[in-house]
Amino acid sequence: MPSLLEVRDLEVKFALRSGNIKAIDGVSFQLDPGERMGLVGESGAGKSVTGFAIINLISKPGFISRGSIHFEGKEISAYSFEKMRKIRGNRISMIFQDPMMTLNPVYTIGFQMIETLRAHRDMSKSEARAIALEKLKLVQMPSPEKRLDQYPHELSGGMRQRIIIAISLLADPAIIIADEPTTALDVTIQAEIMDLLQELCEKQKMGLILITHDLGVVSQVTEKIAVMYAGKIIEYGPTETVVHHPVHPYTIGLIGSIPGSIEPGRDLKQIPGMMPTLTNIPPGCAFNPRCELAADICTRQTPVLEEKQNGIMAACHMK
Amino acid sequence: MTTNHTPLLRVQDVVKHFDISGGFLDQLRFKGGIHLEKTTVKAVNNVSLFVNKGETLSVVGESGCGKSTLARVILGLYRPNAGRIFYEDQRIDTLTHEQWLPYRRKMQMIFQDPYASLNPRKTVRQTLEEPLRFHNPKMTPQEAMDKVAYVMEQVGVDPAWIGRHPHEFSGGQRQRISIARGLILDPEFIVADEPVSALDVSIQAQILNLLMDLRETHDLTYLFITHDLSVVHHISSRVAVLYLGTLCELASAGDLFNEPRHPYTRALLSAIPKVGEKKAKHIKLKGEVPTPVNLPSGCVFHNRCVFARDRCKKEFPRLNELSNGSFVSCHGVEEGWEMA
Amino acid sequence: MKTKLQQFKESYFLYSFMRDWVAMASLVVLVVFLVIAFAAPWISPMDPYDATNIDIMNSEIPPMWMDGGSKEFPLGTDNQGRDMLSTMFYGLRTSIIIGLGAVAIQAGIGIVLGLMAGYLGGKTDAILMRLADIQFSFPYLMVAIFMSAIFQVVFGLGSFERMAIPLLTLIIGLSNWPMFARTIRASVMGEKNKEYVEAARVIGLPQRIIMFRHILPNALTSVMVISTIQVANAVMSEAALSFLGLGMPVTKPSLGSLIRAGQEYFFSGSWWITVLPGIWLVLFVLVINLLGDWLRDVLNPKLYKG
Repeated sequence: MPSLLEVRDLEVKFALRSGNIKAIDGVSFQLDPGERMGLVGESGAGKSVTGFAIINLISKPGFISRGSIHFEGKEISAYSFEKMRKIRGNRISMIFQDPMMTLNPVYTIGFQMIETLRAHRDMSKSEARAIALEKLKLVQMPSPEKRLDQYPHELSGGMRQRIIIAISLLADPAIIIADEPTTALDVTIQAEIMDLLQELCEKQKMGLILITHDLGVVSQVTEKIAVMYAGKIIEYGPTETVVHHPVHPYTIGLIGSIPGSIEPGRDLKQIPGMMPTLTNIPPGCAFNPRCELAADICTRQTPVLEEKQNGIMAACHMK
Repeated sequence: MTTNHTPLLRVQDVVKHFDISGGFLDQLRFKGGIHLEKTTVKAVNNVSLFVNKGETLSVVGESGCGKSTLARVILGLYRPNAGRIFYEDQRIDTLTHEQWLPYRRKMQMIFQDPYASLNPRKTVRQTLEEPLRFHNPKMTPQEAMDKVAYVMEQVGVDPAWIGRHPHEFSGGQRQRISIARGLILDPEFIVADEPVSALDVSIQAQILNLLMDLRETHDLTYLFITHDLSVVHHISSRVAVLYLGTLCELASAGDLFNEPRHPYTRALLSAIPKVGEKKAKHIKLKGEVPTPVNLPSGCVFHNRCVFARDRCKKEFPRLNELSNGSFVSCHGVEEGWEMA
Repeated sequence: MKTKLQQFKESYFLYSFMRDWVAMASLVVLVVFLVIAFAAPWISPMDPYDATNIDIMNSEIPPMWMDGGSKEFPLGTDNQGRDMLSTMFYGLRTSIIIGLGAVAIQAGIGIVLGLMAGYLGGKTDAILMRLADIQFSFPYLMVAIFMSAIFQVVFGLGSFERMAIPLLTLIIGLSNWPMFARTIRASVMGEKNKEYVEAARVIGLPQRIIMFRHILPNALTSVMVISTIQVANAVMSEAALSFLGLGMPVTKPSLGSLIRAGQEYFFSGSWWITVLPGIWLVLFVLVINLLGDWLRDVLNPKLYKG
């Protein structure tokens, strides 16, 4: 079966006054219909840029400098803005951390949903309203009819995020890209939203790319996981295996540094130092200055992502 | 609440409400005749707790539960509307600015946002020297400099960077400098307001380890404000759970995590995503979080609680001490309802 | 560690300046204006304030490129026989001195009151801001007319002429402080809830120190922007007052009083007495405003990305 989305060797550069810098460097992954993938990393690892690159929404001075993005059998990385607009919000939807980024505060929820629908498809207002209502029910919105006539500020953060999900579902997309969808929410609400996303993907056979820094969330919701570090995927494999038997020293360190992974009161495992900024990525393996296994080769040669064990791919010389 | 030894800090029935109704025109209402209406945010409502010397008491709760307000009331940044706060038996909530000064040396604070908590126009040296020189006017420049360098080393920032501005540091390093400012007066009590929630996971671990090490080496007592329950479990001796400005449960970390009693605590704990756990069954709360402007009657949690009965809607539950020394504010726990 | 000079060379500030030719050209013109203004006594062909230099027989001579023009007076002379070029140099000097002085007064009052209103809030804020509203609802011209009228009555016309510069500075300065107060108040309100201010309070620093040493330096960028624009406004105000005859006396003309003086001769053909100082003034105000706009764009923290 051909995969729904295949990203191969994607590179995104930003033209800065000091020259071009690579924000993501040779990222490859694929997503099958209905598959849920987590894109994990710390801030600046390039996970959001990857998400934006898929729908070609990288704002200037960034641009895709290499690689291919195959979606439903077509190469979309070089699509014009107009052509891409037909895919964006239609076949691929995106959900952001801050719901108010997507919702316009001066229009009612219903108006915004109907407008979005009619922008993509030719239909009457009443048809659009019916679909909007149906999607609100799908996201388990309490009293959905009432919500259509409310303004975004009348709703709580959790409800707004449900609305956003409902909007992203309007055109029955094949993939939802969710960029830190619950980071701004409380834990109890986060749990509900994550449940919802997972259920929706299963029910609607939708693909999900969940971009987050929270390994806990990823391990509950996704089937596979790609860990990013300094613009590269450094570990890629089934979530269960990666979480329990990580291969790359960075992933091991990351999991070890989460409180709750060890006995309370003991020192957490910590990775020394911090992620390099994109302007001065060390030669060889970008993780080598922080890695306890680092050897001579790590400073000279960049490791490639290759099959290691239990179906995990990792980019490390030492494993 | 009584204990056999005097706690370092005691908070008794503290109330903090904020008037957000604005000016005269904003208060004007025309519904049912013209009248003025005040809007108050009831951020903290009758909270009592104590912190023993050497322990880490965590105050947890979701956004808007009043935990940050409580921290600021304790440190005298806000005056409470009612209630009393004692530090070593001295009532501190009524002190004047000058009377507060000796306590400023003993009680310090670490902030959440490492980008906002350091004055962008000041070098590390200026930031760290200011409290020292202010509280020790007789200190020579050399002594101050030595002390700054010493503290910087303790928090893991190279003293050679003393002349740099905050923007030249990463988030983790800034948080270390912020911690250094908290430590420079050699305090005994530190209020840490979400000190790691703005940081990346690997940096968060570094800072948590640092805070735990400093607790040992400096004999510190922490009041730790956070929403992150896995952090709480890791570093606390006792935990206070706040919901809408009201204390639900106060228990030792072990008791709270092994056997949460209050229905809200249970829901909260069940919602923590744990690494490597497939879709844990979290307890679903009904309804929406009420705003602290319109608090529900009776138990503030009743409209979301699946076990709520009539009494919960009418009567505010008292904070009761249980046999294991925990405190819970719930009619159900008090009367031993079946809650599973 | 980098030196201050190196830091400046690598800064975003300089970078964006070097890429904006409008800003660069404006700065060049402004510098030329400033040099002329302050070197006026040395570079002017004659001293227009010295009555002994003036010969009424030389009045209304057109600029040198016109019929009847003279090399002695490159831009012609005014109705009293003063060299236009020199008078414009001196007039600019007066305008700039009054403009800078007035802005210094505005900024002094506005910063202190705005800081207090923003930081202390509550009643202080309400009182100070209502005061600003009241001040703003009086047209500054009216205030200026009252003040200069009172002054002329009390001290007599003679001493008014001597005191014109400080008095105008004071009038324009006092009538425009609310601009500064409001701007400062807005940025203080943004700063005062930041955690570094709370940190200063936890340390126990007195309010005065927190206000002036912690908050003020962080609120100063907005002051820089409005200062430049206010200098332009003050120069315009001075010109307007002088044009109305309430500003600089004819014996010590500023650009405004020159324009006024020439206005009567405008239709009799001596257009240069009004038009030349007019262009001079417009050019000066324009470059300041262009620089102010550029500064606002650069210092806008929302646009600024280091």
